Amino acid sequence: MHAPVSVTRVMLQVLLAMIPGLAAYIWFFGWGIVYNLLIAMTVAVVAETVMLALRGRPLRPYLLDGSALVTAALLAFAIPPLAPWWVTAIGSAFAIVVAKHLYGGLGYNPFNPAMVGYVMLLVSFPREMTSWVPPLDFSVYPMSFLEAGRYILTGQLPAGVTFDALTEATPLDTLKTNLGMGNTVAEIRAQLGLDEATSRLLSVIPIFGAIGGKGWEWIAGGFLLGGLWLIHRRIISWHIPLAMLGALAIMALLFYLIAPDRYASPLFHLFSGATMLGAFFIATDPVTAASSPMGRLIYGAGIGILTYIIRAWGGYPDSIAFAVLLMNMAVPLIDHYFKPRVFGHDRD
Amino acid sequence: MSNAGARRLWRFRGGVHPPQHKQVSTTLPVRPAALPARLTLPLHQHIGEPAEPLVKRGQQVLKGQLIARPQGYVSAPVHAPTSGTVVDIGEYPVPHPSGLSAPCIVIEADGEDRWIDHAPVADYQSLSPSELRNVIREAGIVGLGGAGFPTYIKLNPGHRKALDTLILNGVECEPYITCDDMLMRERAGEIAAGIGIVRHALQARQCLVAIEDNKPEAYDAMCRATAHLEDVTVVQVPTLYPAGSEKQLIKVLTGKEVPSDGLALHIGVVCTNVGTAAAVHRAIDRGEPLISRLVTVTGGAIGRPGNLEVLLGTPMEELIHQCAGDSGAIERLVMGGPMMGFALHRFDLPVIKTTNCVLALTAAELPPPRPVMPCIRCGACADVCPVNLLPQQLYWYSKAKDLDRVQEYHLFDCIECGCCSYVCPSNIPLVQYFRYAKGDIWTREREKEKADIARRRHEFRLERLAREKAEREARRNRKKAALQADTARREKQAEIQEAIARTQARRRAAMKAAETQRRKAQQTARGRERPSPAARNAGGEGGNEKSGAPAGMTEDAPQGKDE
Repeated sequence: MHAPVSVTRVMLQVLLAMIPGLAAYIWFFGWGIVYNLLIAMTVAVVAETVMLALRGRPLRPYLLDGSALVTAALLAFAIPPLAPWWVTAIGSAFAIVVAKHLYGGLGYNPFNPAMVGYVMLLVSFPREMTSWVPPLDFSVYPMSFLEAGRYILTGQLPAGVTFDALTEATPLDTLKTNLGMGNTVAEIRAQLGLDEATSRLLSVIPIFGAIGGKGWEWIAGGFLLGGLWLIHRRIISWHIPLAMLGALAIMALLFYLIAPDRYASPLFHLFSGATMLGAFFIATDPVTAASSPMGRLIYGAGIGILTYIIRAWGGYPDSIAFAVLLMNMAVPLIDHYFKPRVFGHDRD
Repeated sequence: MSNAGARRLWRFRGGVHPPQHKQVSTTLPVRPAALPARLTLPLHQHIGEPAEPLVKRGQQVLKGQLIARPQGYVSAPVHAPTSGTVVDIGEYPVPHPSGLSAPCIVIEADGEDRWIDHAPVADYQSLSPSELRNVIREAGIVGLGGAGFPTYIKLNPGHRKALDTLILNGVECEPYITCDDMLMRERAGEIAAGIGIVRHALQARQCLVAIEDNKPEAYDAMCRATAHLEDVTVVQVPTLYPAGSEKQLIKVLTGKEVPSDGLALHIGVVCTNVGTAAAVHRAIDRGEPLISRLVTVTGGAIGRPGNLEVLLGTPMEELIHQCAGDSGAIERLVMGGPMMGFALHRFDLPVIKTTNCVLALTAAELPPPRPVMPCIRCGACADVCPVNLLPQQLYWYSKAKDLDRVQEYHLFDCIECGCCSYVCPSNIPLVQYFRYAKGDIWTREREKEKADIARRRHEFRLERLAREKAEREARRNRKKAALQADTARREKQAEIQEAIARTQARRRAAMKAAETQRRKAQQTARGRERPSPAARNAGGEGGNEKSGAPAGMTEDAPQGKDE
């Protein structure tokens, strides 16, 4: 007897759960993400096929498991929507070839392949990887599906548009830069989080929304929704997301209470950057996460704390990838020390 | 006193809800199976040592006659399920995961089904618990839930005077199986009577009858049947596989965990199957040994699934036939349930004491064969493990044959319920790995034991060789010493002999000399008398006179040597 479950079903449901986040992404930031997804997935499948063939593994079951598609999707969400195609392609190939297959393929990789790919891109192509775009409403030139595609694939912009005019720093980046210039959180948000009418009047791009970044908070909400559905479907357990979000919120709250001028609020941290994507889709990658319930709590909390530390005091505006990779390293140790109490045994 | 009521229940962690498939086999009442022409009775139908045959080929036996007696403490006898002739005692295929043959007694039924003289125990209350256990032992009763542990041992509370709780297990959590359900529905009275006897044997304070809440009819029947009994409570437990596993059930009912290295008895609980209680009742109140049992015959390949009262030793294919089964449609024949049962490789295997279900599955009922994928560490197995093990780590170390680590992860606490395999998205047959690892460890232990014996034997041998060598040496030395002493003695004797010979020779020489002188003196005394020939000879001798002694010695020497 076997329950109606399989790796393929697990991966497909994870992909399905990304749809609300993806929809919000397209709504606020345009079609770039779709190209990213298509490029990353195509390259991932090709890389997976080549690696399976080289390693002498059967193609059909492994290609159908869907794990390469999930890796590609996570990577695509981490790459700016107008990044050139080769950035996405290199990242995706690196994730599948190096981070996954060189470590033994599905189930054997110690590090989250999407995050390895992302970090490789971030350190190799910092300009391309930090050129994000403002919400479409405030873009100087909201590109159509075809225009976005042409730019991503050929680097050709519509006439009269410069790349710099199209891009914008992310809210986390903006916050970090402005805090570095001595502004308080309240000032920054007052300047850059105006309502639409005022923004237009002053021709300022409102980077900040009601709780997080403009648009970003909706994407975060979409991922939160999808994540809760995954928990409901028992595809992921609640331990890692809760511990990660909880630890991040507690850290943020602590410093927000101490110095609200210099530290953003817990809600801002929860609804900015890759927090929700990380909590429900990245940190929960079973292969690279801790396995016991207690271990998962420790692992998730570790990611939350590291995320906050790097965001608040580190060199990078966001840090889900670094936090996840650092905690990936700790997984064997966590698994060793946090074994559940076996029935009929005293607690060790 | 209330025999049905809301009780506080606990829960064990994990567990799964597989589809039940129980409905189909409960629509018909229990039917008696037809008397088979031949019955094959394995000598080993229980946990422990196999029984030892008491009958010979060709011997007539009566129904209920003892045909094999228990060997050792943990063992159970076998009785003839019907009257007939013993046609063979030998190796026959038996229902066992290994698919191997085992010693069996084969009886050809004479169709008369004639009982041997048997008598009930008039008043079991008058028997001591120990005497009661003996009757139960002689009746060949073992746990009918599936494990087949001899019941008389289970009903022995040891040094404890009294037991707190007797649990009657009517949970029956495995999909497809309904024999306990039907037994409770139709023969609740027999179970209730058995409860009284078992409680008397155990001196148990209270009795809980546990039934999963998917069996309302059985629950009602048991409530009615036990209404007159004091301190007996029928409890509905939530349907969750494996709630019928002894340790999990005890946890649900009492909140207590049986220690990993202990028995239920150690926390004041004994748990026994409802079918076993009914068998105890039959043995005591009717004097009938265990010769039949209820068997669920079900699965997609069975036309009229249901429960049969089957004589032990009946070939399963006859049951399939009687339940309108289509042998051709059977993709897999399983003894027991789909979670813990095992596949049988032929249909003619006999029903034994632990056969609760004959499950004939069609291809459509089996999960589609999917490739085994690598473990993705999702932890679904750990989430459902009712023992709270980490099956994924156990799998890892089992696969690596790291037998020490696998024990560190408590392999031997695994109850092999199959929940982990059931939920594994990678389709890994986890339980098979665990059984295999257990087997490996047992083999290793046995080999270690064997090696220990061999090592001791070798050491003994070396020791013996050394001892023998020393003894030989000592013997040789003694002999040598003796020989040396002998030579010395002989040399001395030779010297003495020589000395004697010398003395004698000297004496002879002296006597000769004296004689010669005497003759000379006589010749001289005779004067001018002409010399006689003797005198002439003597004169010749006389020429040698001065060297007489040496001549004598040369004469004597050979004599001395010959001595």
